[in-house]
Amino acid sequence: MEQTIVIRPKKRLSIDWKELREYRELFFYFAWRDVKVRYKQTAIGIVWAVLQPFIQMVVFTLFFNKVAGIQAGTRQVPYAIFSFIGLLFWNYFSQALQRSANSLVDNQSVVTKVYFPRIIPPISSTVVSLIDFAFAALVFVGLMFFFQFPPTALGLLLTVPAILVTFVAASGIGLFLAAVNVKYRDVKQALPFLVQTGLFLTPVIYPVASIPQQYQWLLYLNPMTGVINAMRSSYLNDNPIDWGLTLLSIVVSVLLFVGGLYYFKGREKEFADII
Amino acid sequence: MSNPVIQIKNLSKAYMIGHEQQAAVGTMTFRDTLTNIARKPIELITGHQLKKEKFWALKDVNLDIEKGDVVGIIGRNGSGKSTLLKVLSRIVEPTEGEITMHGRVASLLEVGTGFHPELTGRENIYFNGAILGMTRKEIKAKFDEIVAFSEVEKFLDTPVKFYSSGMYVRLAFAVAAHLDPDILIVDEVLAVGDAAFQKKCLGKMKDVAGEGRTVLFVSHNMAAVQSLCNKGVVMQSGKMKYTGSIVGAIEKYNIQEDFSSALKSAKNLDSKAAVKSVEFGGNIAHKYGSKSEILVNLNIRKIQKIRLVINLLNSSGQVVLSFGKIFQVEDGDNRLTLQTPSLRLNGGSYRANLVVFDEQRSSVENFLEEIGVVRVEKSVIIPSGLEETIYHEV
Repeated sequence: MEQTIVIRPKKRLSIDWKELREYRELFFYFAWRDVKVRYKQTAIGIVWAVLQPFIQMVVFTLFFNKVAGIQAGTRQVPYAIFSFIGLLFWNYFSQALQRSANSLVDNQSVVTKVYFPRIIPPISSTVVSLIDFAFAALVFVGLMFFFQFPPTALGLLLTVPAILVTFVAASGIGLFLAAVNVKYRDVKQALPFLVQTGLFLTPVIYPVASIPQQYQWLLYLNPMTGVINAMRSSYLNDNPIDWGLTLLSIVVSVLLFVGGLYYFKGREKEFADII
Repeated sequence: MSNPVIQIKNLSKAYMIGHEQQAAVGTMTFRDTLTNIARKPIELITGHQLKKEKFWALKDVNLDIEKGDVVGIIGRNGSGKSTLLKVLSRIVEPTEGEITMHGRVASLLEVGTGFHPELTGRENIYFNGAILGMTRKEIKAKFDEIVAFSEVEKFLDTPVKFYSSGMYVRLAFAVAAHLDPDILIVDEVLAVGDAAFQKKCLGKMKDVAGEGRTVLFVSHNMAAVQSLCNKGVVMQSGKMKYTGSIVGAIEKYNIQEDFSSALKSAKNLDSKAAVKSVEFGGNIAHKYGSKSEILVNLNIRKIQKIRLVINLLNSSGQVVLSFGKIFQVEDGDNRLTLQTPSLRLNGGSYRANLVVFDEQRSSVENFLEEIGVVRVEKSVIIPSGLEETIYHEV
């Protein structure tokens, strides 16, 4: 098939779906390479993906629950499993976000030497983080057995949408930060700090209910609040889901994605010039 | 004439310079604006202003390339060759103008793009192939060929970080060599590997060119350009200075070279044997084995007898021919004629160095590099590296 390429200064922002389809293999390759490289030359490899959240959970339970006295909301729910649900999703979100934000800069040599849709590295990074998520989820399954919380139908039903919302939110912020990072490496410096702060602005170690009712909507502006709370409600049955506020979280995550994508597409053409 | 396979119309690319970073034109961000506002009061106090200047890396380039043409793009550093290739490869966006290309395009601006040190040779073949635009099916089909070409079979499952640089480069080029595009864009990547591998690469490039594909090739290696290309483009300061036959392009490229800087140097002017001019008998290429005359205009102070020596250097900077003659000179201007020995040299351009010895004091009075160029017509091929430096007394 004869294909014709026209190169000219772009005036309008548009997404070339046909081209993305043509490059779908490269998308896969980026993800595949990141997975391959991730745990190369480590002794325990992917076990890290299980170990990290597990130890985090143990430490959180020890200090926040036993020492600081933070409770899971209801007495019947063990703090370990309560905090782990938060950690599971927060870790996916923060990891996807960080990798996505650094993806273009990390692939600098490729960006300046080959053409491909620039959206591939940030998005494929958020997909790759799903693998770590899946391994961490094994720990969650173990905890459900251990604490005798059999999986609920509602929980299983909402898991995929919850992952999707997390993915959308992380990709949106990731796209935005990846584009900014190309010009201002401050992003790289600020990221660990942002993620650390974010952990406390998200109900990971404390229940939403510990915030006064009239201010809870503020917490839901953070898309992860909606995700984590919905997962806790459905799996642990510790409080009813506030659908209105959950919807707010979903809307925010979609807005973040659209905004991030729009910003990214606008900056895209200058990446190779200034990276 | 058929439809050109690549059509470049009024292509320009501008960069902003003067800022701490290069930025493409028209990309002022909100943050730039903010920082500029924040900077204003400081500028008012210090009186220092950051001025941005537009720099045209490419200006109004127009070019049609027919199917099957192998085009050599030559020019000095900073002439815009690489920017042109980057725009053609869609890596950077043009500021103005338009390019239309028909067919599958693959660009090879670097050997081993995307190679990851932690990945094995096998894994890197797949990733590198994919990033250069091959599908998984194509890579699979050509996998054995690629491995055979690269000569690293034994280390296929070793991470490339343990490879020697030669192995690394061979593997990288092997992947690139098996791209199957209609249009191939290549930037100075042949200068890798040992001589035998370079020859293999050139051979592969010739095959590609022979299959009726369109190739754009940037190089400083005139011999490679001349043997590969049928068309040539000369770039100078972002503009196209010449387009036509490759021989014409090389001629043009050589003429545009300026050798006067050595003559203007203080070292030369202060010398007791200052060189005022050197003429190499025009820009014609000499026949193999022929002789030529070199006219040297010297300003002499307090020397009676000099030996004038000229060294010819090949593109790798090795002296391939050295000849000289003793002259009786007087103070003031002296016009001396030096005949070259038979130019038994490979076709190509040879840069000349000039040395003036004071024969009585046996001291070097003047030594000037790059004072001109001697060209030899392409006729007999002597394997490179076998040339011998012979000093001729003429």
